[in-house]
Amino acid sequence: MHNRSLEVFGKAGYFNSQLRIALRNCGIIDPGDLDDYLNVRGFEALAKVLSGIKSEAVIAEIKRSGLRGRGGAGFGTGLKWELVAREKSDQKYVICNADEGDPGAFMDRSIIEGDPFSVLEGMAIAGYAVGSDKGIVYIRAEYPLAIKRLEKAIEAARKQNLLGKDILSSGFSFDIEIRLGAGAFVCGEETALMQSIEGHRGMPRPRPPYPSASGLFCKPTLINNVETWANVPVIVVEGAEWFSSVGTEKSKGTKVFALAGKINNTGLVEVPMGTTLRHVIYDIGGGIPGSKKLKAVQTGGPSGGCIPADLIDTPIDYESLGKIGSIMGSGGMIVIDEDSCMVSIAKFFLEFTQSESCGKCTPCREGTKRMLEILTRITEGQGKEGDIEKLERLGNMIKKSSLCGLGQSAPNPVLSTIRYFRNEYEDHIKNKKCTAGACEKMLSYVINDKCIGCGACKRACPVNAISGSTKQKHLINQDLCTKCGECYKTCKFSAIDKG
Amino acid sequence: MPEKIKITINDREYEVRPNQTIMQAADSVGFRLPRLCYHPKLSIEGACRVCIVEVEGMRNFVASCAYPIYDGMKIKTNTDELRRARRDIVELILDNHPMDCHTCERDGNCELQRLAYAMGIKTRHFEGEKKNYPIDVSSTSVVRNPNKCILCGRCVRICSEVQSVHNLGFSHRGFKTVVMPAYNEAFADTVCSNCGQCINVCPTAAFVEKNYTQDVFQALSRKDVVKIAQVAPSVRAAIGEDFGLPAGKNLEKETAAALRKLGFDYVFDTQFSADLTIVEEANELLHRIKTGGKLPMITSCSAAWMKYMEQFFPDLIDNISTCKSPMSMMGAMIKTYFADKIKADPKNIVSVAVMCCTAKKYEAARPELMVNGMRGVDHMITTREASWMIKSAGIDLVNIKGEEFDEPLGMSSGAGTIFGATGGVMEAAIRTAYELYTGKEMPDLDVKAVRGLKGIKEGAVMMGDKEIRVAVAHGLGNAAELLQEVRKNPDKYHFIEVMGCPGGCVGGGGQPYVGLNCVPLDENLLRKRAEALYNADRNRKIRKSHENPDIKRIYKEFLGEPLGKKSHELLHTHYKQHYPQGIIPGGGKC
Ligand SMILES: Cc1cc2nc3c(=O)[nH]c(=O)nc-3n(C[C@H](O)[C@H](O)[C@H](O)COP(=O)(O)O)c2cc1C
Repeated sequence: MHNRSLEVFGKAGYFNSQLRIALRNCGIIDPGDLDDYLNVRGFEALAKVLSGIKSEAVIAEIKRSGLRGRGGAGFGTGLKWELVAREKSDQKYVICNADEGDPGAFMDRSIIEGDPFSVLEGMAIAGYAVGSDKGIVYIRAEYPLAIKRLEKAIEAARKQNLLGKDILSSGFSFDIEIRLGAGAFVCGEETALMQSIEGHRGMPRPRPPYPSASGLFCKPTLINNVETWANVPVIVVEGAEWFSSVGTEKSKGTKVFALAGKINNTGLVEVPMGTTLRHVIYDIGGGIPGSKKLKAVQTGGPSGGCIPADLIDTPIDYESLGKIGSIMGSGGMIVIDEDSCMVSIAKFFLEFTQSESCGKCTPCREGTKRMLEILTRITEGQGKEGDIEKLERLGNMIKKSSLCGLGQSAPNPVLSTIRYFRNEYEDHIKNKKCTAGACEKMLSYVINDKCIGCGACKRACPVNAISGSTKQKHLINQDLCTKCGECYKTCKFSAIDKG
Repeated sequence: MPEKIKITINDREYEVRPNQTIMQAADSVGFRLPRLCYHPKLSIEGACRVCIVEVEGMRNFVASCAYPIYDGMKIKTNTDELRRARRDIVELILDNHPMDCHTCERDGNCELQRLAYAMGIKTRHFEGEKKNYPIDVSSTSVVRNPNKCILCGRCVRICSEVQSVHNLGFSHRGFKTVVMPAYNEAFADTVCSNCGQCINVCPTAAFVEKNYTQDVFQALSRKDVVKIAQVAPSVRAAIGEDFGLPAGKNLEKETAAALRKLGFDYVFDTQFSADLTIVEEANELLHRIKTGGKLPMITSCSAAWMKYMEQFFPDLIDNISTCKSPMSMMGAMIKTYFADKIKADPKNIVSVAVMCCTAKKYEAARPELMVNGMRGVDHMITTREASWMIKSAGIDLVNIKGEEFDEPLGMSSGAGTIFGATGGVMEAAIRTAYELYTGKEMPDLDVKAVRGLKGIKEGAVMMGDKEIRVAVAHGLGNAAELLQEVRKNPDKYHFIEVMGCPGGCVGGGGQPYVGLNCVPLDENLLRKRAEALYNADRNRKIRKSHENPDIKRIYKEFLGEPLGKKSHELLHTHYKQHYPQGIIPGGGKC
């Protein structure tokens, strides 16, 4: 069941070293056709648990599989189910977190667009296991196709009595409703997500109480990520032993990554946990284009860390990534080559987390802003002695003091780049130099002897910083130059040096 | 659950009650961890992170206000790393705050200022861009200055959780986050009830009252007008706090003397017009009972409550007493009865009300309350504004020799005094209604059932063979709850008192900011202020409004009879529905 994709896609290098469990049906079945899903043993898992397996046994199976949450934190899925099952309440909720706010991530979207039924099936199984009859998929409104397919899938499943009242005459009822998010990154955080469903502004709240005890509308709530859900039917059908045979000791199964950046093959990659970064980048991703050198890999989305090239033999699992200052996150993987400036990269990610901070807690709201200001001045050649220490001081404080995971991880890109690329920071601050040549404001443009005095650069300069008479070598006034690069682009004689 | 559990704070073991937060437990054994967004009357926000502590076994710091204790928990509150983190957090707040402490309304009683001192912030490490938003001065009562806001969210929570107004919420994200009404509507156009509780709970000066002290100083310097002040009961019960006196001192005579020193020609007592209100209102109640009028009758003295009712309970307009508030009755009497008496053109009278309230600024401007085309009250200043004026003019309120209020609008009964505490209007009205209805003396004038700080109080009084069922609510949230009940069960009560602020007027939005280590809305503080009024009542010879000789005199000389033609014209009013807009649902509370 799990490796059918190979038959379809053949032995292309990109695919043959992947193991597709969560993505098993994506691109294989027609996501709008329930029969197609049934043909690949769809809903077999639900039918199996409803045909007399005790809810405790279902939870035990998930626990034994070693499945951990794919939404970021890697919390044990079976344990989470057990906590919710243990609560006594007239109402419990099962939520699918399809907010997927990480820029550049599209794992969850692909699963819902390509295989919506597997998510619904996983949720229904959990509903049975924890004693809930109400499921909610929280999905961002920017995913119109995914929403459409999900709606259609729910409709089709209801018609076949795979959702709704008395499913397959088992006495178990479970229905699923869709709620749209407005696309705030922080609304992927579970407590903020529930606030948002309740109609309030999506702001995280302190835990405990955890959602398993008091979640949506103050009721016990089970929340899992899309990819987590997609794994569930496989575990039930193939068994926990099979599932846990894939992966490492503490990280079982596979993980989907959105491979992007300076890499030949971009796209979704699903590999067994424990696969090395090198394998993903070179064997699946096909290496770096233009025979450039690998500099770093950024994993874990906007609040992940940067891993330097000399650590790419690190196996991908929750613990190993954590040890080297990064995180699994929801599965972003951005490859960075030698042309990139690590300070700029850190600044780029921090810009995102700062503007997506909900603004509730002081360290995240105010602290990331100050970090961003420091990074901005470093990249503009205004860095000061002591700036690195300030970044570390703020970063460590924000990590330890913030209210939710956003603030607790926002400094990661900065702290990890300081850890592995401190010399680049120092170069920017002390020597006012960006070795990668990426920091526009730190560049200087100088006209060399190839200049024939055509005057094109002079006309192109928007601030009249270039002088010189016709057929004479021109000169750029460095005090006036705003480093926009227009002259460099205009010159046809390679007479302008950038550096 | 065991009676006590053991926790360790800074290596010392303590036995404490289970089921509390780290902050509560630490407080109970003699700590007072720094805090900003925490307020005991409001839900836990966990936002400012100033109260963080270290817990053994946890990677990150935890907010002590939000985290529950467990047996064997090991807590550190004062490590070097924590001290530096807290200091940095407070510095980050300061870095985005205008540094204009010495010209700020809250100079000297600002919580942020105190905290910055306690954290020992001497040098600044992280300064950068500061927010810069327009200040909203559109409202008659409340000024919103987002630049001073530290986003602790106390105003948001009090407005929704305690007052059920839901006017405030967070908008925008990250560094650009601002507390504002829905759609950033001008305050004047929002559902704001003007109660001023946001001002009371704000740790800084992000919310302050609209300040009218300059207008009043200007009026006081005029030679061509008669300057008249009136003073609300609760002002005298609290104003001493602004001058360093302990809470609960009644400075009635001192306040009268100080206002005269400021330059007022006459200083009248709103307690007199409270007596007048009671005579009208008790008669109105009996009239409704006798003629089968709309019941329950609901009091109308609280200005915040009136606006709230017009927005959220317009279906109850016919239940609201048509009596104006004591302030507005006084305004009307000053501009008619008293103007006649001193043979002054009412246009040349400047009438200033000193109130514990911010909503009365709004009330004073209401067109329905005009008296012969004039405002009955030209300016309304809060207790805080009055304190400032007194200080600013160099008057020694504490050691001043007390003076009496002026006649003929200055004498009051004990019933007029207790108006300032929740249940006071009800108690005062019962004293008069009882005697009017039964023709007998009321055996015990203290109506204990309606005293105290319980959110909704109920009671029943036998007037002869007739049982009158009453209820009292203070704070708009409690009022809303009580009135939902009235909607469901219209025959449950005959008479209801509602005060917009928690504790009644003694807890008004215009009262002194609380001192060091006291929390706004602290129940002990409210109790002490109320006690100052109940003590005054107990010591008064006349404790019933209708027995106030000056009340008898004003009916004889001017008004005729209660509910008569003149009363109707000058002492009663009407209400109309307002459509509420921009209600922000509060966060989910479990
Ligand atoms: C800022 C922030 C954003 C998050 N965004 C997402 C998201 O988009 N999707 C997701 O599944 N989990 C997200 N999470 C994690 C959730 O809070 C939660 O841990 C997860 O949905 C639990 O599911 P799992 O156990 O299956 O991983 C986010 C967490 C934080 C702190």
